[in-house]
Amino acid sequence: MKESKLKNTLHDCVHNRNLMIGLVILLSIIVIAIFADSIAPFPYNKNSAGGRLEAPSAEHWFGTDEMGRDMFSRVIAGTRITLWICFLGAALQLVIGVAVGLISGYFGKWVDRVFSFMTDLTWCIPGTILALTVVTLLGKGLTNSIIAISLVSWASYARPVRAKTMALRNMAFVETGISFGESSFSIITRYILPNVLPSLIVMVSTNLPSAILSTTTLSFLGLGSQVPSPDWGLALSNSISYISRAPWLGLFPGLALVYTVFGFNLLGEGLRDILDPHMKSQ
Amino acid sequence: MKEEFKKEELLKLEHLNIQYKVKGGYLSAVNDVNLSISRGEVFAVVGESGCGKSTVAHSIMHLIPGGNAKVTGKIFFKGEDINACSDKTMEGIRGKHIGMIFQNPLDSLNPVYTTGSQVEEAILLDGLNHAQAWEKVLKLYQDVKMPDAAERAKSYPHEMSGGMRQRVMIAMMLSRNPELLIADEPTTALDVTIEAQILEIIKELKNTYNTAIMLITHNFGLVAEVADKIAVMYAGEVIESGDVFEIFEHPTHPYTTLLMQALPRKTKKEGRLQTIDGSVPRILEKKPECRFANRCPYAKEQCFRENPPVASLSATHTCRCFRAVKKEA
Amino acid sequence: MDSGENWYLHCRKKGAVTIFNYIAKQILQGIVLVFCVSVLVFSLLYLMPGNPVDMVVDRKVSEEKKEQIAHEMGYDRPLVEQYVDWMKNILIDHNFGKSTRYKTPVWDLMKNRIPLSLTLCGLSLLLEMIVALPIGLLCAIKKDTFFDRFTVNFSLLLTAVPTFWLSVLFIIIFSVKLKWLPISGYEKPENFILPVVSLTLGSVAGTIRLIKAEVLEVLNEKFVTTALAKGVPRKTVMVKHVLRNALIMVTVLVFMSIPWLISGAVVTENIFGIPGMGNLLLNSIIVQDFPVVQACVLLIAILTVICNIISDLVVGMLDPRIRVSLNGGDR
Repeated sequence: MKESKLKNTLHDCVHNRNLMIGLVILLSIIVIAIFADSIAPFPYNKNSAGGRLEAPSAEHWFGTDEMGRDMFSRVIAGTRITLWICFLGAALQLVIGVAVGLISGYFGKWVDRVFSFMTDLTWCIPGTILALTVVTLLGKGLTNSIIAISLVSWASYARPVRAKTMALRNMAFVETGISFGESSFSIITRYILPNVLPSLIVMVSTNLPSAILSTTTLSFLGLGSQVPSPDWGLALSNSISYISRAPWLGLFPGLALVYTVFGFNLLGEGLRDILDPHMKSQ
Repeated sequence: MKEEFKKEELLKLEHLNIQYKVKGGYLSAVNDVNLSISRGEVFAVVGESGCGKSTVAHSIMHLIPGGNAKVTGKIFFKGEDINACSDKTMEGIRGKHIGMIFQNPLDSLNPVYTTGSQVEEAILLDGLNHAQAWEKVLKLYQDVKMPDAAERAKSYPHEMSGGMRQRVMIAMMLSRNPELLIADEPTTALDVTIEAQILEIIKELKNTYNTAIMLITHNFGLVAEVADKIAVMYAGEVIESGDVFEIFEHPTHPYTTLLMQALPRKTKKEGRLQTIDGSVPRILEKKPECRFANRCPYAKEQCFRENPPVASLSATHTCRCFRAVKKEA
Repeated sequence: MDSGENWYLHCRKKGAVTIFNYIAKQILQGIVLVFCVSVLVFSLLYLMPGNPVDMVVDRKVSEEKKEQIAHEMGYDRPLVEQYVDWMKNILIDHNFGKSTRYKTPVWDLMKNRIPLSLTLCGLSLLLEMIVALPIGLLCAIKKDTFFDRFTVNFSLLLTAVPTFWLSVLFIIIFSVKLKWLPISGYEKPENFILPVVSLTLGSVAGTIRLIKAEVLEVLNEKFVTTALAKGVPRKTVMVKHVLRNALIMVTVLVFMSIPWLISGAVVTENIFGIPGMGNLLLNSIIVQDFPVVQACVLLIAILTVICNIISDLVVGMLDPRIRVSLNGGDR
């Protein structure tokens, strides 16, 4: 039974166009990030690899920036930053969101009310503004801005996890566990968490694009990655100063960003179609 | 009873087929349905839920939800085939000539308008001015025995009880004096006491306005009370149809017989209610077999090989069963 | 029983109480939220590592001088007292304190910038609705046609494009290459074209999706079938029943999106050099001008809460049933 179900899911995966394209894009980014050093023709931080603000050419595919650095190499190096955003962002949001969701859903009562109020409070200030405020406290920097974004957006994990936990909490197998005197921690980790996991995969894949976009926005605003990082947001922000003389500087990092985020969007849509039973029926 | 044979035919379905497009082919929801309704009579279509009776009703109005249904065959209304007619023509027929009441009167009324204004919306289509229309609304509310008619016309649907909302629906659908009223399970969502009141209203209005009523229901008790003619549907087919007395006195199809036995009656001595095992099958493809065969206590080998033809037992009584074919002969 | 005066009166009375409770509850909740945000914003200064005085004065200043300044600014008093004073100044005199960078009252800095930001956001909201309403409606009515599929895929692509890059692209195309529109500035009307369009495009895809989903939901309602059954022409049904009911949700959407537009404006103002609130906030964060940051965040939070309350009240007016569940989805 179970094996055929798995087979079915796999079959769905292979025939879901969105998912497949998304996967290919994601894999391509991972491969580029791993082999960045060998793919890039120049070290990304090498000044005067070419002339200053050179237009795209055979030697410098994406042109060069104001320091004469090769843009192609810098865009390639940027994939590593993006993956770091994905990894750290997802991990932080998951840990906070899932913990809060599980605890408030499982214990209910005042614990739930306190957490719900906290979520309401974070929704009271638009995300970007809140993230800006948190960055003010933590100081500038890529890691700090990822933390800020995570502190702002954990609620989108906590809410569904809480709802699911509340539903599971009243299931017979959980109540059996409670009546046998199992500890709350063991019930949460053994019975509830495994049941929440599948929807977590969907949540991560749908939330990652916005995490990437928000973090890059902070870099663009000068609060995230600092010079000389090859961050795409920073590169775009930098390009504005030279936009009349060297418009290509504003083109390629943006394309790379859109390619990545679009890939994640497709991946998320595809996964949701397959794993989320509510969407499937439509 | 006697003069009814001569009554003018109002609606006639001929070889009506309805298929839903689903994953992996077509689902046959309605198969080769033939029936005819005359002016002023109450025609009941009876069957379990999912047997296609509601789909037939909606197809007459061109209002099958979902938009993936294929309706073939002929639907004659006053001699004209309205299955083939345009959306524009249909807009002129709906409400004006054929009205329809639905099962759940809460969902069926728009929550943001007062009930009176929703009834008025229909009346205004006939070219009356606002004052005249409102007057007619109040009169209709009295006709359907709405308590506090003037006040009620200004209430919103959520401020009313289920029975009141169904009265509003009836008032709305009778407001333009249609010749035919399709009532799709009009009392299913209501309490038994209110069910009786609503039925009383429908009967009265039928007499006042001489409206023909197509009553869709799964409740044989209801049918016995109000219907003149009956069509019993099973899995998308009409398996038996005829005069109410013919069906109740001489049920011929095994399914009808079983349904009758399932009916609680005072006169019967047995304490237990009869039930029919199994459930209505989903027909994905047309198989040459009797659709009831797998549940039928009299099923023979022949029943699984071919679909029985429709046998005429009298001028009005028909039955789709090999046992009836023998009787006919 | 089905009928009866008592039942009716009871229903009416209950309705009236519900509406009153509803409004009171919304406003009370809003006040509590604003209070909590104000406490958070106030404590911003103290959440920072180090002494609040360090934020205000230069590093070179001697310790005695610092203490003196701390005393003057009241930093040595109990926190609750400081908070009460701070709130009092804001509520009574619009006094948000002094900017540490410009050495001028924060309110003076803000009062010329607020209209600029509001103009930007208002125009963009208007454009968004003009674009999203008809497209969303059409997508729902013509579901699964070429138009619908195209819009769905295009909006999927659009959500992958960050607003700031879109702005950069617009500048490259319309200002640098075609030279149709100015790169930056805020004095002339044409200065606003690019910022408004790019701000709108940042959120229009999501709005179209929401409107489409809402209209689809209304289309499946039984009362639409009823309206058709009583003979109302399809077009009239679309306007009088479908659009009218979908508008309830759309109104909520409009009010809810105002705060998000404002945060989007931070980026847009920054790129196009429009000296609005977003621009002020960003610059103040970069130079750590705390009184200004506090004032900006507080104002935006209050605006958000007000928008929430208004949208709830409007829903209450538009929908006799008061669909409370609208605000927040799964709450």
